[in-house]
Order: sequence, then C-alpha cells, then structure tokens
Amino acid sequence: MSDLVLTRHQGAPGLTALAGYEQVGGYRSLRRAIEMGPEAIAAEVKASGLRGRGGAAFPTATKWSFLPKDSFPRYLCVNADESEPGCFKDRVLMEEYPHQLLEGVLIAAFALQVNHAFIYIRGEYRSQRELLERAVQEARQAGYGGPNVLGSGWDCELMVHGGAGAYICGEETALLDSLEGRRGQPRLKPPFPAVKGLYGQPTVVNNVETLSNLPFIVAEGGARYAALGTEASPGTRLFCVSGHVERPGTFEVPMGKTTFRDLLEMAGGVWRGRQFKAMQPGGGSMQILGPQHLDLPLDFKAVADAGSSLGAGALVIMDDSTCLVNVAMRLVDFYRHESCGKCVPCREGTYFESELMHRLEAGLATKAELTNLADICANMDGRCFCPLGDTATWFVMSAYRMFPEEFESHCGAGRCPVREPLAVAV
Amino acid sequence: MSAPVAVWGESLELPCPVGGEGGGVAEASSSGVALSGSTLARIREMEAKYPSSRSAVLPALWAVQDELGYLPPWTIEVVAGELKLLPGDVEAVASFYSMYFNHKPGRHVVQVCRNVSCGLRGSDELLGHLQRALGLDAEGNTPDGAFTIEGTVECLGACGGAPMMQVDRYSYENLTPQTALEVLEKIRAEMPAGTGSK
Ligand SMILES: Cc1cc2nc3c(=O)[nH]c(=O)nc-3n(C[C@H](O)[C@H](O)[C@H](O)COP(=O)(O)O)c2cc1C
Ligand code: SF4
Ligand code: FES
Repeated sequence: MSDLVLTRHQGAPGLTALAGYEQVGGYRSLRRAIEMGPEAIAAEVKASGLRGRGGAAFPTATKWSFLPKDSFPRYLCVNADESEPGCFKDRVLMEEYPHQLLEGVLIAAFALQVNHAFIYIRGEYRSQRELLERAVQEARQAGYGGPNVLGSGWDCELMVHGGAGAYICGEETALLDSLEGRRGQPRLKPPFPAVKGLYGQPTVVNNVETLSNLPFIVAEGGARYAALGTEASPGTRLFCVSGHVERPGTFEVPMGKTTFRDLLEMAGGVWRGRQFKAMQPGGGSMQILGPQHLDLPLDFKAVADAGSSLGAGALVIMDDSTCLVNVAMRLVDFYRHESCGKCVPCREGTYFESELMHRLEAGLATKAELTNLADICANMDGRCFCPLGDTATWFVMSAYRMFPEEFESHCGAGRCPVREPLAVAV
Repeated sequence: MSAPVAVWGESLELPCPVGGEGGGVAEASSSGVALSGSTLARIREMEAKYPSSRSAVLPALWAVQDELGYLPPWTIEVVAGELKLLPGDVEAVASFYSMYFNHKPGRHVVQVCRNVSCGLRGSDELLGHLQRALGLDAEGNTPDGAFTIEGTVECLGACGGAPMMQVDRYSYENLTPQTALEVLEKIRAEMPAGTGSK
C-alpha cells in the first residue's frame, strides 16, 4: 500500500468524472460512513489526529465536538477561498480530485447531521467553481447527494458559492458574512461559529484539504492515517513549493518525517545553480526562516519553536539574488489592499507599513524611518480585530530581524542596493 | 459612470424587450436598458435555493456581470428589488468585492499576479513589458478596448506556474514577457491561445 492519502489515485483515468472516481473505489467510504453512524465517524477522525489544513491547524475532531448537541439546523461550510500567497494545493485538490472532496464533504455533513453544506470558493476560481458544480450534479444524480442519500433517509443539499475577490473571506467568520450576502468582514468571537455561525446557527468551517482526507480515514481507519506521520504531527500533507526552485509544484509528504530540505529537493533544488537564502514556510502570513532551518521536520512544534508556522502549507524559496525588502514590500502591499477596513490598527497600519516599505525599497527612507517600522508593527500585532492585521507584520518584522543589514543598507541609498527597482505602475 | 442612476422604486416590470432565453419578464432601468429574462431567471432560481434569500446577492451580481460585463447602478436597484433588500445593502456588497466592476472593462480582463512567488520569477518585468507594448491608459485599458490589465490582484493560486496571468477565467502560466504578449495578441485576434491550463 502506498503512503499517500490525498493523491493516492494520481494518474487514474477520468478522475474528475464520477465514473472514474467510482472506478478507484470512490463513494464507498460514504456508504461505509453511513453504516458506521455519526459517532463512529467522529471517533475515527479523532484517532486520525487530523488537524485543520486551512492555516490554524486546529484539531478537526475537537472542532466538530463543539457543536451543541440538540441545536438544529446546523451547517457545514467548506473553505475553498484559498488565497494565501504561495498556496495552490486546494486548487489541485479541486481540479484533479473534485469527487474526493465531495465525498469528504458528505462524510463530514453526515457525521455532523447537517442537511446543507456550502462550498465557498474564491471568485477567481471560476473554472474550478463550474467544475465543482458539475461534480455536485453528478453526485446528486447518483444518489450521493440531495434527498435521501443512498436510501438512508438523510438529506444533504450541496451548494457551491462563488466569492468575488476578497482575501479576508477566507477568515471563517468573514466567510460566513459573505455567504449571508454581506460585505466579508470578520465577526467578534466568541461566539464561535460552532455555536452561532451561518444564519446564527451552529456551523463548522473546514478547509478543502482537511475534508479531502476523510474518504481515506473512513476507509482505512484513523489509526492508519495517523501512523503515516509522527505522533505529534500525524498523517500527510500537500505542500506547495514555489519561488526560486527548478520544479515548483505540490508534493504530498508524511508530516514530521519530512524536512524542508526534502521538499526543496523534490522541487529540484534552488534554481539556476544559485544559493539558498531564505524561505517562507506557511504562506504569505508566516515568518521567514533561514538556511539554519532547512533540516527542520515538517512538525508543528519544531516550526513553531523556530518562530514560524506551517500555516497553509506553502513553501516559498528565495535564492541569494532576492531582495527581502522587495519581498516584504509586496506582501505588505497585499495586506494593505486586502485589509477589510473594519478596525483602525490594520486599516491604517498596513497603509503606513506600505508607504514606508516603498520609500525603503526606493532607497529614500532614513534610518529613523526604519525605526518607525518596528513601532508601527508593534502597534498592530496583537491589536487587530482579526489575524489579518497581525500577520501583516510577521514577515516584514522577521525578515528585518534576520537580515538587519539588508534593510539598513537601503536607507539613503537612493535605490535598492540588492536589485534595481523597476518602475511599474498599475 | 455611464448609465443614469435609477431611483429606488422606479424599476419597471416590462415584457422582455430583447427576448432573452428565459422569455419571461425583464427588469428595466429608467433609460430603457434591461436585464435579459435568463439573467432574471437565474437570480430567482438562486433566491429560491438558499435558506435565506439575502445569500443570493453575490450570485445575483455575478449573473448581472456575466450578462453586462459590469454592474451599472440601475442593476443594483433591480437586484435589490428581486431579493427584497434595500439598494444600499446590495451596493455595499458590490463595492466591497474587487471582482465586481462599476465601469465597463475591456472585452477581456487580464489579471497579472505580482504576489511573492510570481514576483520572485519576474512578474514586474512581465507587466512592464505589457504596459509598454500595449500602450495602456491609467486604468490599464488598451486603446481598442480589447483588454483591461490589472496588476493589483491577489495571488491567483497558480504559484507553481509563476509568473502567471489570468485572462478572464483562464490561467496562463510559466510566462515570459514575450510569451505573455503573444498570448494576448492571439486572444485579441480571436485565435486559440493554446497555453492556458483551463
Ligand atoms: C485572513 C485569513 C485568511 C484565511 N484564509 C483561509 C483560506 O483561504 N482557506 C482556508 O481554508 N482557511 C483560511 N483561513 C483560516 C480559516 O479562518 C479557518 O481557520 C479554516 O478555514 C478552518 O478550517 P480547518 O480547521 O479545516 O483548517 C484564513 C484565516 C485568516 C485569518
Ligand atoms: S484586522 Fe484588518 S482584515 Fe481583520 S478586521 Fe481589522 S481591518 Fe479587517
Ligand atoms: S504568487 Fe502569483 S499565483 Fe501565487
């Protein structure tokens, strides 16, 4: 048996269609799950040690257990908003294994006794949205979705809901507001969605990758899934490797047993024969790591101890020609653009950050202004309404701490000393 | 904005003047422009599908934009009327999300990703080349109205193919400044552009 979960059917013909997925045993787990009943499914998920793949790594079984026992209707929302910079794994899971996702959604919906599941997909993924809509139609026609699923008496409507361009809608409460037909702005927690979510009812929000693991967990058992990784970091995970590597792509690897260096090698190593300079391990929101961290395992705690996080599973590699001021400026611009404007520290802070980073990149900032950067970030981190504002400071501050000379050498240089800035304005 | 602003409550129910597929009733603006019957049918179908009709706002705005290419102010009124909301509620949504347009864009919308992974592999050079070669105006439009080029977009989830651009719904990956321009020239000439992933 191979040690893959999410991509174990890779290469099988016609997987995006129902018939192809059934050929590889598709939807047998759903049948089995219905026989097992909600409690037994939850027990397997618990045994699997599965932790959310959307970024926060919250244990899935624990999240499910927060739903109040006798409050109905309940909802399941699938987070397919994937817009973390550097992240493209959910796209692969939807494009190549759409029925595996739907089967996972249906298993979760049954386990949670939900009659309405929504897949919230970012607006830019228009083709993927239509692909999922077709898959939902097929699943319904085959009796896997809709009324009286597989004759069990349980009804489950699946709806694919398209966003329209807003990174913040990946944050679970903003996602709920967006799904309710409002501006996507985060809600105050508590109450958490498990208690008061969509339409004020108990709701579970889970990531695409998280749920795509369920068909395997039901088929093979939670213990077998867990054993693929280590005790502290169970299972496998789909990592996206991009940036300065020879062969960027997604790689499913066992957690805990694989290192960053292994991933870098799978992606063909640093491109053009250049040297490794730094990496961002969890997507745009996470802190920078250096060459001294390459041999760390993909383990939640090991990466946290190094001052960063595996976040959404995106590894961005930067070679020795990279200007980190330039990279940080790009990220800060992104957060400025995506700040939802609800709270002042983030709305104003990202603006100050971005103005300053542009001056720094152009070699116009003074050393005193650079000191301001730390002040601005200190006034944001921990003071924002939602994590977007906090994370808008993490890369830039960690890069400044790891490469202070690089930031300082920009001051008064009249240009980027690492890489000539290009005049581009759109 | 080009279309005149309709006043709340003024939207008319007229027989569909353009005979849209749905063949039903069309909503019209005070200037006589109307949504097709099929767009209205889509909105009504969405409204019925969700547990709360307000949830149909985003899909309804998509339906309108699919037909007209953008959201003229009078369509906000029509959507609000259909979903029994205040125009302000719909306008608040339309103005929040970056993919809804309040101006008519070029025939094709081109999103050039300049986030980290694309930036590391040359997206700025790519965008600079397109700007110079296509003679874009300040809003990123080509003079012939074929393209609107956007350079401030989110990471488009194709970092494995960086640098990339998305033209309408199609993703073009592993580009160079030259191949990006070639793709656009082919699309302009309505030839199959080939290298798109979807
Ligand atoms: C600003 C922000 C953006 C987020 N974007 C996403 C996203 O695109 N996809 C996702 O699954 N989770 C995203 N999350 C995390 C979600 O809030 C939530 O934790 C997750 O969907 C829960 O699913 P999981 O437990 O299966 O990981 C984001 C969080 C924040 C604060
Ligand atoms: S931190 Fe930023 S994104 Fe989050 S609520 Fe405040 S303004 Fe909105
Ligand atoms: S950084 Fe360009 S697609 Fe992700």
